[in-house]
Amino acid sequence: MKKTSEQLAWLIRRHGIEMTHLSGGSHIGAIMSVADVVAVLYADVMKYRPEEPKWQDRDRFILSKGHAGASIYAALAEEGFFPVEELKTHYQNGSRLSGHVSHHLPGVDFSTGSLGHGLSAAVGMAYAAKKDKNENHKVYVVLGDGECNEGSVWEAALFANHFRLNNLVAIVDHNHMQSLDFNENTLEIEDFGAKWKAFGWNVVEINGNDHNELKAAFRYADENSKIAEHKPTVIIANTIKGYGISFMQNDILWHYRFPHDGWEYDTAVNELHKVKPDGIIDPYTPNGIENPVMPTEDDDIGNDHTFSSTWNTTYPEIMRRVEAKSGSGEREHKL
Amino acid sequence: MRDTFVKTLVQLAKEDKNIELVTGDLGFGVLKPFWEQCPDQFTNAGIAEQNMTSVAAGMALEGKNVFTYSIGNFPTLRCLEQIRNDCAYHNANVKVVCIGGGFVYGSLGMSHQATEDLAILRALPNVVVMAPADLVEAEECTKALANYNGTAYLRLGRGGEKRIHDRIDNFQIGKAIKVHDGEKIAIFSTGAIFEEVTAAYDELRDKGYNPAVYTFPTVKPIDKETIEKISMEYDLLVTVEEHNIVAGFGSAVAEVMAEMNDKKAKLLRIGLNDEYSIRVGNQKYLRQQYGMDSTSIVNKIQDAMQELQNNQ
Repeated sequence: MKKTSEQLAWLIRRHGIEMTHLSGGSHIGAIMSVADVVAVLYADVMKYRPEEPKWQDRDRFILSKGHAGASIYAALAEEGFFPVEELKTHYQNGSRLSGHVSHHLPGVDFSTGSLGHGLSAAVGMAYAAKKDKNENHKVYVVLGDGECNEGSVWEAALFANHFRLNNLVAIVDHNHMQSLDFNENTLEIEDFGAKWKAFGWNVVEINGNDHNELKAAFRYADENSKIAEHKPTVIIANTIKGYGISFMQNDILWHYRFPHDGWEYDTAVNELHKVKPDGIIDPYTPNGIENPVMPTEDDDIGNDHTFSSTWNTTYPEIMRRVEAKSGSGEREHKL
Repeated sequence: MRDTFVKTLVQLAKEDKNIELVTGDLGFGVLKPFWEQCPDQFTNAGIAEQNMTSVAAGMALEGKNVFTYSIGNFPTLRCLEQIRNDCAYHNANVKVVCIGGGFVYGSLGMSHQATEDLAILRALPNVVVMAPADLVEAEECTKALANYNGTAYLRLGRGGEKRIHDRIDNFQIGKAIKVHDGEKIAIFSTGAIFEEVTAAYDELRDKGYNPAVYTFPTVKPIDKETIEKISMEYDLLVTVEEHNIVAGFGSAVAEVMAEMNDKKAKLLRIGLNDEYSIRVGNQKYLRQQYGMDSTSIVNKIQDAMQELQNNQ
C-alpha cells in the first residue's frame, strides 16, 4: 500500500539515523530538516515508476544539496527502487550509496555533491522540455539555503525566469544553518523570499516541516505552472535543522556529527518511536530501545556550537546576528 | 576557423533538430548565421558560464546535442567543475567550444589567453579533446563531434586561418593526419600553430632537411599507434603546441613514448615554457616572443639535430 507522507517522513528519519550511525556519516541535521519535503514529494507530488526508473513521463528530481543524500536513498528504497536492506551499505566499500547523491542508482536523475550545480541542471532539463513542448512532466529541485551562497544559483535563477520555466519547481530547505553557523551569521540572506521574487520567481514561504503546508505549496506551484504568467516557482521551506530529534535541533554540532553508540543513538531512536505513525515497521528496532542509555551532565548536549559563539569581529560594527537555544525550534534575530 | 565552425554547425543543425547552440553572451557577428537560420536551437545564457554548462548538461540528459560557446578560458576553466561533475561524469552530450586557443587574443592580455586548457580538459575522464589545425580540420572536427555522443572539448583558433590540407580522407576522432612523409625528423602539432609548422617545414626543406609532418586534431584519445610507429622510425620527434609545455599535447605524446619498451626517437617539446604571457602583442608577435614561431621551431630543431649528431 502507498505510504502517507507522514509515514514516509518518519521512515526517512529512522533510516537517516541508522545510516549515519552505522557509517559514521555526516549531515544528519540536513537529512532531518529536509525529510518532510522529500516525503511529501515522493508520497503526494511526483509521478514516477519504481519498476521503470527512466520512464519518459516521470517528474525529474534533483537533490542539489547532495550531502543529504541519505534522505533520497531512504525514500527511493521505501518506494521500491531498490531493497531497503541496501540502505545499510551507505558509505561502505563497494556500496552504490555514496554520501553525496550518485546517479549510478535507479531513480536518481542527477549526481550532486558540489553545491550550486543542481538548480542549473534542473533548469536545463526544464528548458529542454519547454523547447520540445513536452508538458507531461515537471522538474523538481531541492536546494540548501547555505548553498544559495554560490553565485551559480543566482545565474540559474536569472535564466529560469528569463526563459519562463513554469515547469520548474525549486524548494529551498531553509533550515537557517550552514556548516559553521546560522546563515545570517555567515552571509546574510534575508529577506530571502524577496530576493527570489526580485529574480522574477513565484515565491511561497511556508513551514517546511508541516505536511499540510507543503502539500498546499505544491498545489500552488502546480497552479502556477498552468497559468500564462510562465514563471518558475520557489517554495521557501522554513525548516529546523535536526528536526524531529530534540537535541539535534538548531545545534550546528549535528551538521557533521553522527549519532554515536550510547545515549545519542538510543535517545534519537526512542524520540522517533514516540511519534511513530501507525502502519509502518521500524526495520532496525521494531519496538524502540529498552533500557536506553541516557545523557548525563557531563555529556555535550544543549550547548551552543556555532562559530559565532566563540568568534566576534570588531568589523563591521553592526552585524546582524541570529541566536537560538540548542534543542529549540526558536530563533532570535538581533542587531 | 570560427566561421567555418558556425557554418558547419548551421548545416548540421538544420538536419538535426536536437543540436543546440548555447553561448555565454559572446559571438557578436559570428553566431548570427546560426541564430538567424536556427533560432529555436539557439540560446544566449548570458555572462554566466557555470550555469550555461550545467544547463547544457541538463538539456543533454533530456536528449539534446548541446554545443556551449565562449572565448578563451571562459567556457573551460571558469566552469571546470561543471564540466567535470555535470557533463563528463554523466557522459552528457555536451560539446564545449572555445574560440581563441593559445595566443589568439594576444593583445588583450593574459586573462584571454588559453594556454592550459588542453592539459586541464585532457585530465578529465570521458572528455574528448580536439584542436583543429586549419579550416579543413575545423569542419571535420565539428562534424565528427556532432556525431559523437558524449562530452568533448573543441579548441578553435579565431579567424584568418588558412586551408592547409587539400582534403582529409577518412577523418576520425583519435587519428593523426599525415601531411608529409620524411626522414630522421618528425614534427607533430595540434591546433592552429600548424601554420607555423608549415612555414618551418618549408624552411627546413630549404636547409636540406626532410621532416615528416603530422597534425593531431585529437589530443585525447591520443593516436598511440602513430606515436609508437614514428618513435621507432625517426631520430627526432618534435611536438609543437600553442599551449603550456606542461601536461598538454607534448606531454600526451611523452606519456606514450615513456611506456615503450624500445624506441629510437628523442623527444623535443615546443610550447609555452611553463609561464604566463606578460608581453603585449598580437598572436604572431607572441608566438615569436615565446619561441613557437616558424623561425624558433627551425632553430630548436636544428639545435636538437646538432646535439644528436654530437652524441653519436
